[in-house]
Amino acid sequence: MNSNNHHTDTQPTTSATLEVKDLHKRYGQIEVLKGISLTARDGDVISIIGSSGSGKSTFLRCLNLLENPSKGSITLRGESLDLVSNSKGELEARKRHQLERMRARIGFVFQNFNLWPHMTILDNIMLAPTLVKGASKKDSKERAMQLLEKVGLADKAKYYPGNLSGGQQQRIAIARTLAMDPEVLLFDEPTSALDPELVNEVLGVMQGLAEEGRTMLIVTHEMRFARDVSSQVMFLHQGKVEEFGPPSQVFTNPTSERCREFLSSHL
Amino acid sequence: MSELIIQLSQWLLTLTQGAEPWDSYARYLPRLMDGVWVTLQLVVVSGIVGFLMAIPIALMRISKSPWLWIFPYCYIFFFRGTPLLVQIFLIYYGLSQFESLRNLGWIWTDVLSQPYWCAIIAFSLNTSAYIAELFRGAILAVPKGEVEAAQSLGISRRKQYQHIILPRAFGIILPAYGNEVILMLKGSALASTITLLDLMGATRGAIARTYMSLEFFLLAGLLYLLLTAVLIGFFRLLENWYNAHQHAINMSLEKVDPQLRDKHLEDNVR
Repeated sequence: MNSNNHHTDTQPTTSATLEVKDLHKRYGQIEVLKGISLTARDGDVISIIGSSGSGKSTFLRCLNLLENPSKGSITLRGESLDLVSNSKGELEARKRHQLERMRARIGFVFQNFNLWPHMTILDNIMLAPTLVKGASKKDSKERAMQLLEKVGLADKAKYYPGNLSGGQQQRIAIARTLAMDPEVLLFDEPTSALDPELVNEVLGVMQGLAEEGRTMLIVTHEMRFARDVSSQVMFLHQGKVEEFGPPSQVFTNPTSERCREFLSSHL
Repeated sequence: MSELIIQLSQWLLTLTQGAEPWDSYARYLPRLMDGVWVTLQLVVVSGIVGFLMAIPIALMRISKSPWLWIFPYCYIFFFRGTPLLVQIFLIYYGLSQFESLRNLGWIWTDVLSQPYWCAIIAFSLNTSAYIAELFRGAILAVPKGEVEAAQSLGISRRKQYQHIILPRAFGIILPAYGNEVILMLKGSALASTITLLDLMGATRGAIARTYMSLEFFLLAGLLYLLLTAVLIGFFRLLENWYNAHQHAINMSLEKVDPQLRDKHLEDNVR
């Protein structure tokens, strides 16, 4: 599967929101990502699927340098992240400031929510806008309350994360990310740590965001969600893109044998 | 054994007979209370100063650059590895060997040559080494994901420390910090060896005049116990307040959310 011509069928007029070229990542001798390219345009919802160890989480974490890739480029709305090789052969940001600015524009939702337990829900959501964007307390509080309303948890503003269920914590984590008004949202298995009965409340919030036209990259094991909500699906296998296309194609008529096998055991 | 019991009851009897022991108590108790006050100052001042010093020491200690961690490493090694008494003597008797220090004017006459300040300096340095080591462990114990969450939002390294890592680490070390302060309270008795009239110094002064060593040492022990109890209470309150988020789950949840309480009970009964 050629990974460079994914978007020959989309209109060339829309500019790329996020463009990743030839991303490699190695841990010592083991290469976990073997050259992955991806272009996300405004409003794209791209699901990244694959068995565990296929590199899908690593790929997502490389996009905002939570992991350091060993090769490749990352461009957000025309601005390339300035990368430089370090002594370990990894790429790191040349300028901390640029990395921080780019990270502020790329939202990331973790599998384990990673809320700050010593702060109330409201403070969790308000912190980054006040620190990074210099928003006033009043404005960021207002915005935080709007977002809590949106994820259906306005009554929990004064709670601590420890008081909430996993599903509620993940919805708060999404609100915390949205508070920065990111241009792209990255979801790293957002429902994998949840009890089955709590999965849907989170998927519901994510579906709402997709319908709003947000640009999203979602690493997930929820195949039905990937099929119903995404505009494209990317199947990774052993660090390579094995299959890429609209869900109608990937789920009903995959060209790759491995993708077919994976889907037959996951649907 | 039986002899000892007889002697002990005889001693107890003397407490009830005559006014003489009570005169001594009445006479020296105020001095002991002055000593309590000095001891409290030593512990509180060096507890706070040591804490403030510990933060930069711990931050340097966790640095990956050998130029940064070598100093705190040696510092911690020295202050944890030598007796507090040696440290006190080094500062009180050792500093006067340096003429340049003796020529510092008021810094010498009012601070560095005063047993009070020498004790505070020694205790602060000593406790800062222990607290720095606590902090180092706690900083490393802050879950990585919480730091990554801050990174992913574009929060700068400095502000990650200011708002996430250090406040979290403080919550983690709080019980051990309380313990360290209590250890220092007891260690502070060594200040009496450099002529300071702390609780221990005042006690020894009273005994030198009355020869009532058993009585006054017992009294001093009781007063130290009382101070320890106060410190334990203070740190318990501080912890309940600061780590409220951890106790939130254990509080009467019905006030918060009945559903949550039911779920919590369910989880714990299972």
